[in-house]
Amino acid sequence: MIKFFADWMTYEVFKLGRETILAGAVNFFIYDTIKIFLLLVVIIFVVSLIRSFFPPERTRAILAGKGRYTGNVLASLLGIVTPFCSCSAVPLFIGFVEAGVPLGVTFSFLVASPMINEVALIMLWGMFGWKIALLYIGSGLVIAIISGIVIGRLKVENLIEEFVFKTKAAGVDIIPGMSFKDRLSYARDYTLDILKGIWPYVLIGIGLGAWIHGYVPQDFLARYAGRDKWYAVPLAVLLGIPLYSNAAGVIPLVSALTEKGVAIGTSLAFMMAVTALSLPEFMILKKVMKIKLIAIFAGVVAAGIILTGYMFNIIIK
Amino acid sequence: MKITILGTGCLKCRKTEEIVRKVVVANNVQAQIEKVEEISEIMKYHIMMTPAVAIDGKVVIAGKIPSESEVKKMLGII
Repeated sequence: MIKFFADWMTYEVFKLGRETILAGAVNFFIYDTIKIFLLLVVIIFVVSLIRSFFPPERTRAILAGKGRYTGNVLASLLGIVTPFCSCSAVPLFIGFVEAGVPLGVTFSFLVASPMINEVALIMLWGMFGWKIALLYIGSGLVIAIISGIVIGRLKVENLIEEFVFKTKAAGVDIIPGMSFKDRLSYARDYTLDILKGIWPYVLIGIGLGAWIHGYVPQDFLARYAGRDKWYAVPLAVLLGIPLYSNAAGVIPLVSALTEKGVAIGTSLAFMMAVTALSLPEFMILKKVMKIKLIAIFAGVVAAGIILTGYMFNIIIK
Repeated sequence: MKITILGTGCLKCRKTEEIVRKVVVANNVQAQIEKVEEISEIMKYHIMMTPAVAIDGKVVIAGKIPSESEVKKMLGII
């Protein structure tokens, strides 16, 4: 269906000659844009419907009684469905700690929540296929669980600002009940909100991707970022840190780069770094923890991502 | 009426303040608007997501930028 439309637009409406590079790039752009936006609308809507059942207050209540391990696993899973924005990182962190959620468990949540988000997953699914999207979810969960357990073991309570522990929870949370109609309108607003924020990045990303697809020679990048280049993975992670807010635009770009010879593990590591390691979030977290703890947090997560990148470079040929 | 904008100073919080101010001015609402950026103060409102808006100390919206019509609704204009 979409393929047919893209072909029709390219060859009939724009009258581009078949087999030309320009036609290839235009066709690629139209096809991907329609596919991605359809996926975005449908999936964000479904995810936000699920999300309406898990406000942070409920997630906190679920996690409060849990110990290590079970807590880390649950926190990582709940991280997928609980809404998260880096500007809420601080109140969320304090809210968890004051309710008695262990620090390691809180960190599992802080890693999983931004890393495994629906926008990143849709883009991965649309550009790389569902296998890579599933791999991303699976390894993201493992990284979140293990990072949380490691940080929990390190006994870092002394690196948290005093006032966090002094804040007292109000007692039982009031979770406002929602009718199904409320949930539908919540999901609609949320979907529109997200789309409004990301559509230019998606278009630019797909546009650049289409250009690379058409004009950059095959395997051009293999020389610099192929599987046999050991430095490619850590470099990709480092490059991903400042790119937080543009995950939507980065993924189509990375997809095109992969086609031109960047190894898949390196690409996955790069995308994980884009979503999970965010400079603005680190700055905000400075209000509740010492820089040393932020460095530990970033270090542990980065190490996990780098290992995952190497692993997939070895496994996937 | 006292409107309190709760937010740690991120972009979304500033945007929220902007929208609230715009609606208040456009509709001649008699209200005093204050912005709370100190995190320990924000936590006294028992919210886990910012930006948030409280009216006379009661939180009416949390975790997103309200639209103009949402602000009107919480101010009781429509």
